[in-house]
Amino acid sequence: MSTIYIDNKTYEVKQGKNLLEACLGLGIDVPYFCWHPALGSVGACRQCAVKVFKDENDTHGKLMMSCMENIKEGLRVSVADKTAQAFRSQVIEWLMTNHPHDCPVCDEGGSCHLQDMTVMTGHDYRRYHFKKRTYTNQYLGPFIHHEMNRCIQCYRCVRYYHDYAGGKDLNVFAAHNHVYFGREWDGVLQSPFSGNLAEVCPTGVFTDKTLREHYTRKWDLTTAPSVCQHCSVGCNTIAGERYEKVRCITNRFNSQINGYFLCDRGRFGYEFVNSANRITQPLVRHQAVEAVDEATLMGHMRKLLSGQTLIGIGSPRASVESNTALMQLVGRENFYQGISDNVGFIERRIVEVMQTGAVQPASLQDIQQSDAILVLGEDIWNTAPVMALSVRQSVLKTAAHQALEHNEGIPMWHDAAIHELVQHEKGFLANCTISASPLDEISTCVLRHAPDDLARLGFAIAHQLNGWLPRVLVDEDTLAYIIDIAVFLQQAKRPVIISGTSCYNEALIRAAFDIAVACKATGNEVRLAYVMPECNSMGLAMMQAPSFESAVLRTTREKNITAIVLENDLYRNVPALVADLFFNSVEHCIVLDSLNNPTTQQADILIPAATFAEGDGTLVNYEGRAQRFFQVFMPGHTTLRESWKWLLKMKAVRAGDTNNGVYHPEDVLAQAEQLLPQFAGISDSAPHHDFRINGQALPREPHRYSGRTAMLSNLAVSEPKPKQDDDSPFSFTMEGYPGMPPSPLIPFFWSPGWNSIQAVNKYQQEPGGALKNEQAGKLLFAYIPDAKPGYFKDIPEAFVVRNNKWLLFPQYHLFGSEELSAYAEGVRELSPEPYVALSANDAAQLGLGHGQTVTVKVFEQAYDLQVQIDSSLPNGLVLIPAGLQNMPVMNWNGYVSLIKGSGKP
Amino acid sequence: MEHPLTQYIHPGCPPFDIREYEMTGGYAAVRKALGSMTPKEVQTLVKDSGLKGRGGAGFSTGIKWGVVPMDEHAPHPKYLIANADEMEPGTFKDRLLLEGNPHQLIEGMILAAYAIQAGVSFIFLRWAYKKAAQLLRRSIHEAYVAGFLGKNILGSGFSLEMYLHTGVGRYMCGEETALLNALEGKRATPRAKPPYPQISGLYGKPTIVNNVETLCNIPHIVNNGVEWFKGLSYSEDSGTKLYGVSGKVNNPGCWELPMGVTIRELIEEYAGGMKNGYQLKGVLPGGASTDFLTAEHLDIKMDFTDVQKAGSRLGTGTMVVMDDATCPVGFVHNLQHFFAQESCGWCTPCREGLPWVEKMLLSLEQGTGTAEDMELLEMHTHMLGPGNTFCALAPGAMEPLQSALKYFKDDFEKHISLHKCPYE
Amino acid sequence: MITEKVNKGNEVKQQAHYLTDIERQFIDHEVSLVPHKSAAVIEALKIVQHQRGWISDDSVNAIAAYLQMSPAEVDSVATFYNLIFRKPVGRHVILVCDSISCYVMKYGDIYKALQEKLHIHFGETTSDQCFTLLPNACLGCCDHAPALMIDNDLYKDITVAMLDRILKQYT
Ligand SMILES: Cc1cc2nc3c(=O)[nH]c(=O)nc-3n(C[C@H](O)[C@H](O)[C@H](O)COP(=O)(O)O)c2cc1C
Ligand code: SF4
Ligand code: FES
Repeated sequence: MSTIYIDNKTYEVKQGKNLLEACLGLGIDVPYFCWHPALGSVGACRQCAVKVFKDENDTHGKLMMSCMENIKEGLRVSVADKTAQAFRSQVIEWLMTNHPHDCPVCDEGGSCHLQDMTVMTGHDYRRYHFKKRTYTNQYLGPFIHHEMNRCIQCYRCVRYYHDYAGGKDLNVFAAHNHVYFGREWDGVLQSPFSGNLAEVCPTGVFTDKTLREHYTRKWDLTTAPSVCQHCSVGCNTIAGERYEKVRCITNRFNSQINGYFLCDRGRFGYEFVNSANRITQPLVRHQAVEAVDEATLMGHMRKLLSGQTLIGIGSPRASVESNTALMQLVGRENFYQGISDNVGFIERRIVEVMQTGAVQPASLQDIQQSDAILVLGEDIWNTAPVMALSVRQSVLKTAAHQALEHNEGIPMWHDAAIHELVQHEKGFLANCTISASPLDEISTCVLRHAPDDLARLGFAIAHQLNGWLPRVLVDEDTLAYIIDIAVFLQQAKRPVIISGTSCYNEALIRAAFDIAVACKATGNEVRLAYVMPECNSMGLAMMQAPSFESAVLRTTREKNITAIVLENDLYRNVPALVADLFFNSVEHCIVLDSLNNPTTQQADILIPAATFAEGDGTLVNYEGRAQRFFQVFMPGHTTLRESWKWLLKMKAVRAGDTNNGVYHPEDVLAQAEQLLPQFAGISDSAPHHDFRINGQALPREPHRYSGRTAMLSNLAVSEPKPKQDDDSPFSFTMEGYPGMPPSPLIPFFWSPGWNSIQAVNKYQQEPGGALKNEQAGKLLFAYIPDAKPGYFKDIPEAFVVRNNKWLLFPQYHLFGSEELSAYAEGVRELSPEPYVALSANDAAQLGLGHGQTVTVKVFEQAYDLQVQIDSSLPNGLVLIPAGLQNMPVMNWNGYVSLIKGSGKP
Repeated sequence: MEHPLTQYIHPGCPPFDIREYEMTGGYAAVRKALGSMTPKEVQTLVKDSGLKGRGGAGFSTGIKWGVVPMDEHAPHPKYLIANADEMEPGTFKDRLLLEGNPHQLIEGMILAAYAIQAGVSFIFLRWAYKKAAQLLRRSIHEAYVAGFLGKNILGSGFSLEMYLHTGVGRYMCGEETALLNALEGKRATPRAKPPYPQISGLYGKPTIVNNVETLCNIPHIVNNGVEWFKGLSYSEDSGTKLYGVSGKVNNPGCWELPMGVTIRELIEEYAGGMKNGYQLKGVLPGGASTDFLTAEHLDIKMDFTDVQKAGSRLGTGTMVVMDDATCPVGFVHNLQHFFAQESCGWCTPCREGLPWVEKMLLSLEQGTGTAEDMELLEMHTHMLGPGNTFCALAPGAMEPLQSALKYFKDDFEKHISLHKCPYE
Repeated sequence: MITEKVNKGNEVKQQAHYLTDIERQFIDHEVSLVPHKSAAVIEALKIVQHQRGWISDDSVNAIAAYLQMSPAEVDSVATFYNLIFRKPVGRHVILVCDSISCYVMKYGDIYKALQEKLHIHFGETTSDQCFTLLPNACLGCCDHAPALMIDNDLYKDITVAMLDRILKQYT
């Protein structure tokens, strides 16, 4: 801590910070542009000028950029100083000389950092009376809109997109006052983290194109804290609604997980909520009029539910509440995970090793802070994108820390100096996967093998770390890499091991665990992450239920079964043959889901399920962190509600109970805790529904919300009674507690004078740091420091290339492989066409060229697919994109044959 | 009067090759320093000589070198760079040295590199100096062949590589940190200081950037010592200086003279006085980014201290004379056009302020300027001052403007009242 | 596999052997002198421009591919510098010094005369593609103002009368 003086007041502030951060942390508003808490300082915009004095006798002082001033003992500064103020307002006047002043038609208006800073500096009168320079805009793809005339040249976009996120196709061009920020030419932004530009850019140059399609001002949105539904990372988001349409997803800062940034799947995948494919009304099939009201539905339901044997098929994308309610309805012994045996088996292993408590799960924050990373067999770029972004930060930061060992004088926040010092140096990252990844470019060590060989590699690394573990025979080249990796992991203070399920290989899970345990034994603070397929895969896996195939087996043996399928398109999880068999064997089938899909086609009764936007629920992310998402709006369709509510109602019906009682999310979670002790504490993952501050609920709408009385005046002139939320501490209006809510309950970031997303600073303990009283969900795996788990010692055989047979693996695609986001227009546009990828060598042997058609035989079915030659792919393996709409499930990790030249397109 | 830097330079004649250079005492300093002096001793010698940088800022060369980490753990390689970008309008002094005696620069660079133990050196040459490029290339080659460059120079154990790099046009490349970015193949935007290049410079390694003229002085200091060097000068700032005069004078040119000759001597004796029919109205003593001085300042000494006292800067020591037939508003507009064009676009005040200034001056020149423009120009001279911008480009640009507003206010006001340029 | 998004607009048309052997040789040499490839990009731009007169989009792409950079990274550098031409120029480039000493010595008269003779303004190329006329910051021969440069040839103490004789040397 250092004592510093700001405008003659004494403050104690942390060392290692710059003055701007310190001021903001103390609640002193200093305007800024080029600084960003995640990007550091470069001192370009000159907006954050303050006066710095040599000592108490210095009355003159010197104008300094606060973002470039290191905190040191006795520092004397003035923010209020007249010349500093005049200069800051002058900077705005300069920036405004060419700014179009089009706020009324600008998407950024009302949540614009430039507007805020303009007001903050007091600049209000235009003296520049010459022509403004104008630019041509670019087409940047389906997500980001470009309006260059609004640019204030803060360089934040390039520093974020290029330096931070590693995107190559956005840069600054030309010089002097003609500098231009954009792409080399029109075209889709290639980085899957491009959406963050909309938040990083302080003005309306880069804005959310999907929001533009149905634009709403920030102050007119009804918002709620949410959790991303599109992968197992569980990034925190804010979802905004108006007129029953979700309008946008923005980042919800959280120091443990996503920090400031989301991936484009998470930001733009929301449009599935507004999809025409939504199920909004209950259907009872095989009758003249299928759409029914609730009473009729319940009548039918009573028949199906009473007497029969019920089995429940859970879902990795449904909340813990919904899965629990289903388990309760059908009974624990009748509850099945709606996932295939091979995935279930791997996930069970993950839960098992995490439950030993021997190794701490790695949060994204841990990953960013780590100093050596091993990725073993998981294509995290595509399966857990923001994790890949975090890995990149680790690589950059580690290099910076290493460079600074010899240059103590340079502070970490000095982004420009760090760049110049570090040059192209990188921290340690070993990326060992089946095929190439954009992460390779920042990897120290890149290895390409079949999953079994990757697992062997893992066991060999474990052996290097602990000689007692069995030796693995590998070739000399690979051994050299293995020794390297082991040395780096051992020397690191906070290494992270990352693996996951996407290779369909359980040995990888064991190998990763062995490495982590062996690392821990060497005394470092190792952490472990297993990427899972879906947003609540971990929550479902923790319920430790049998797989879907067991359910199928049972239905073929028992009669009179009514199956209840919860938010799960089984045709995405098992081959169509298996799913068909299931639906043919059960007597009746009730399906709850939000979008129509092949499974909902099979339903006798189809029940509309709320999405994250219309309901509350809890998801458990890959680390075992339970996080609550809150209903954003109450849909007009009264039958559109959370599956768990429907399931509780069905339980009451089955019990012959007419009054099913009132349940809140935490009640359902409490039942989960009772049923399954591994969920202990989950009911406290967020404040309960009756949480109030000063007796007040928390408003979902900011106090500037407009049009409340006018919105529905086309229907009725009297203002309808606001909808009532009984499940959460939120109100659906702007009334309520006006202050800062506890961190899981932040529906929007706003502070007086701070209308843009930069208001986040006001919610943090210090700029860039954790939120005030941050509760980042509830971690369900307890860490037991002295746990001594056994090692896994059975090592798979090395992969051997077979004649005329190829081992098939899924290639995940950030855009296209995930079920729900694929319903978003832009995501669909960027999804790949089906293809089959094979190694250059294999393609040559088959006489196949890029773009030719080949017939792939899977499960006795033949598919004609275009060939892609992937020179990174080991021989004997083929890849087919996973999860594309209209693509069937394949026998992943099974053998297929390829037949050349069917000739059909 | 001694002219150590230029005594063997005869404009119109080809420069010395290495044999001629050595015959006239060339590379003796390298032999002396590498043979009998420690790097620290060379540093101390240069510091004691009082040599100040000739690139414009006039900072003590020895002190600048002294910041370079010298212990055995110092990052490596270290770099030495000769700043031969010379793009300041009105400046043409380094050209004389580059074209007239390239070996002198190379020798100075070897000595400077030895003093800071740099292993790699660059000459950053502006693109337009085609002849200099040719000569330097040949001379570097000669020096390699003669064993003054390369591995283990003269058996001293000291090694130095030297490369010539030619720019692609941008005034900013002359700013020492922007120059580093340009050498790294990047946009020539300046870097923040601290960290200074001496600590983290080219490719993040310790680096010294010195002006060509600064470096050319080193061999002579090593050969002749501190007292001799101080004795060359008429003033407190040691050594000789290359002075230049351009504009409507009878004999524009560039001469090496003792530090501290007066402006009058330069203009009247060396430049042969004003051309017939022209009166001196003002003079930029040290290039485009120095404050005007006027006829009343003719007797001040052209050294760092005295020019500063008179309210301007010695800068590069190459003066531009403004005569009474040239409109000061047009003159300053021309300068501001240059600076606005050459702003790199990195920091707000420079990027946005200079074009505004330029537009106001144009509008004044065309007779559409207003009194408010005058106020705004004045405002810019304060707001674009040192420290407010990222580098010294914009503050430099404001120097001629602020002094023009002081000395030639009438001219500006006439443009407003007459709605046209009174010089037309 | 890298997630390649669908691209609209004129995306990279990468010709396999766009750069000539000579160009590659020169670039390779420059690359050998720097710690990482991208540091040689300015040199590469100079080399290609020297061979072809200007830097086309294809040249940007080719240099980017050769130095393992992205086209945007290369163009960011290329567009920064005054003397990297991102538009075609004539066979000869006339650079007229418009800085202060030449201003005092009336470079304006020279410019006017050139406009009349060549029928082009600054930034333009003659219809026969012979000359491109550009203003240029100080050429460093202020003692011989006004000055201009055509390709590698410097002309000092120019008068309007000299222009015809100078221009005649270039075809
Ligand atoms: C915009 C700008 C342009 C400059 N151009 C040059 C230049 O062309 N040549 C030069 O030697 N110094 C130039 N300088 C000064 C250099 O930054 C640096 O101070 C100098 O090269 C140091 O050398 P010295 O210590 O030997 O004087 C320039 C400075 C600025 C701010
Ligand atoms: S586009 Fe936005 S982020 Fe980029 S420089 Fe302009 S204002 Fe800054
Ligand atoms: S925020 Fe400090 S200079 Fe931009």
